[in-house]
Amino acid sequence: MTKTFPTGGIHPQKYKLASDIAITDAGLPEYVSIPVKQHIGAPAKIIVSRGDKVKVGTLLAAADGIVSAPVHSSVSGEIVRIDRQEDSSGYYEDMITIKVEGDEYIREIDTSGKLIKNIPDNPEEIMQSIRNAGIVGLGGAGYPTPIKTTVPEGRKAEYLIVNGIECEPFLCADDRLMQEKAEEIIIGAKIINKLLGIQKAIIAIDENKPQAIEIMTRLTKSYVGVNVRTCESKYPQGSEKQLITAITGREVPIAKRPIDIGCIVQNVGTVFAVYEAVMKKKPLFERIITVSGDAAEKSANFRVRIGTPADFLINKIGGLTENTAEVIFGGPFMGTSVANLQAPVTKLTSGILLLSGKIAAKEPETACIRCGKCVDACPQGLMPFEIARRARNNDFSQLMQLHARDCIECGSCAYICPARIPLLDYCKISKAEAKKILKKQ
Amino acid sequence: MDNLILTDFLTLTGIAFIAALILYFVSQKFHTEEDSRIREVEAMLPQANCGACGRAGCHDFAVACTKCTPQGFAKLYCPVGGAKVMNRIAEYLGMAAPSREKTVAVLRCNGSCQNAPAKVNYNGIQFCRIAHNISSGQSGCPDGCLRLGDCIKVCKFGALSLNPQTGLPQVDEEKCTSCGACVNICPRNLFEIRLKGKNNKRVYVACRNRQKGALARQNCKAACIGCMKCAKLCPEIRIEDNLSYIPDTVDAAKYGRQLAQTCPTGAITYIDEKEKQND
Repeated sequence: MTKTFPTGGIHPQKYKLASDIAITDAGLPEYVSIPVKQHIGAPAKIIVSRGDKVKVGTLLAAADGIVSAPVHSSVSGEIVRIDRQEDSSGYYEDMITIKVEGDEYIREIDTSGKLIKNIPDNPEEIMQSIRNAGIVGLGGAGYPTPIKTTVPEGRKAEYLIVNGIECEPFLCADDRLMQEKAEEIIIGAKIINKLLGIQKAIIAIDENKPQAIEIMTRLTKSYVGVNVRTCESKYPQGSEKQLITAITGREVPIAKRPIDIGCIVQNVGTVFAVYEAVMKKKPLFERIITVSGDAAEKSANFRVRIGTPADFLINKIGGLTENTAEVIFGGPFMGTSVANLQAPVTKLTSGILLLSGKIAAKEPETACIRCGKCVDACPQGLMPFEIARRARNNDFSQLMQLHARDCIECGSCAYICPARIPLLDYCKISKAEAKKILKKQ
Repeated sequence: MDNLILTDFLTLTGIAFIAALILYFVSQKFHTEEDSRIREVEAMLPQANCGACGRAGCHDFAVACTKCTPQGFAKLYCPVGGAKVMNRIAEYLGMAAPSREKTVAVLRCNGSCQNAPAKVNYNGIQFCRIAHNISSGQSGCPDGCLRLGDCIKVCKFGALSLNPQTGLPQVDEEKCTSCGACVNICPRNLFEIRLKGKNNKRVYVACRNRQKGALARQNCKAACIGCMKCAKLCPEIRIEDNLSYIPDTVDAAKYGRQLAQTCPTGAITYIDEKEKQND
């Protein structure tokens, strides 16, 4: 039986153009620019200087504090620039630019394709490998994985949920990863199980990935405690809170974390990175991304080195086409539009999409007709039209009663609205305002 | 039927009479004397309820005026009503009127459509606060005006309007009460409340970009490049992170014109109201 969350959700068109296309290596660009902040928390501290020669996997910047993650070189070559450069949003971030020369790995990394099954016994050792590899949540939030896999005192982990749900249209990177690296993901889940001191792991996959479900179900039979659960293909099924409700029936309370109700959710990409870090001693310097879009000539799933410029990848699939209206990093719902095509791919980029005017167009806003569709669609059970009405009039007195800060910014309300009101944007304004009020208290 | 209407009428009148009696006795019993001056002072205030004084509204400000000591009164000021209103209140309450120099909001950005042309096309919702979170803006300057007019929407006095030629908001000095609403709403903190200056002469740096000169100039012709020329002319000017700041204490009448002419990019703006009127 397929599982899903009870309130809200929408069924957008899937556009999974790249789901049957195997992952290929994107190759090496001439230059890569690696930002030092690719995670939530403090930016990493740069420990290299201009002119240094680096190899693939060399530590470029060390974690600064507990909520932080180290950054490694994704190519071999010479560091030519360390300064502030434009990122995908047009803002300037600290980046390290490396001129690519050859492709030489540091000695520790095991580059053979061999599958290793024996998990280290010592949880401390595993944790240290994950911490050193600079792994962060690859689903998009970028929360450092070592913190997420540490169970705070007084809490008990019961469920490890591996999030194989890719509910955003176009994106197929996780789907392909599950088809091609299924066993590695299962072993990765067992590694995290060991860290948490539990036996069970649930791999959640949505029903529009039959091949991935088939492969995973077949392989999990030989692993005790790992199970596959099929979820309804609905947006935003891949959201952490919604997924927990679908699988366990529990709800994450307001202002609480999943661990407070005994759940830990990890993206399949993250779990695969954990496998590679622990078993192959490979730091996180590459990831799988989908380059697709309805305006693109063809679609592809690439294994990309972190720091590769977006236009290098776009040229690989035939370049910008005439009818490209918008380029997006991430999915069409949660992603951000790109202001600078030379912007590098980071640990958090799950896709690059070229959208045509048909999808990207903003239609003129008309008056709210009180149909209540946004209330039905909201997976958090909020009233977006009420929040939006107040945000437009700068009235922030009822924000706490309307629970504006529980918005997960999924955009279901704006998608469904027949009046084309940018409800999500208004909710974002309210959420920012609610955070200010909370800070004052 | 007659009877029914009559009973209804009498019952309801009876209830109303008893309720009136109860209300009368309660109001007599629990009567509190409110300072009658509060209402008077409140009537003198502009009734904008803008919160510029730091109080919750005009009534709250009036309460504060009547309750405070003469020393405390010197700290209270209604920027909207200005000296005129404060003098009247002071006279009514028999206290010394606090004096403040006149202030006005200025926009510290000169990134007009001509100086900082749009590089990317933003077709999202027309709110600066949203655009600021999504990207550095159409011109590419990470600190410049987004030209979407959140400040215009929030101004209660109609003092701000979008100049169709430059695309930037402009301040109407007559209407601006320096309440500070625009300062708070601007996601890039571009507005500053500055002294109006002697004879309405003011000089300020219309730029907030802290990038290095070459980078700043890529996005905007009128960006401050931190060249130090203004600092050499007037020692009070500070330059930090490639950005010059002219404090209010700099004598605009003496230095203003010279500073504006010296600035190689035109980031320093000199305003002389009299000249404007003569034009």
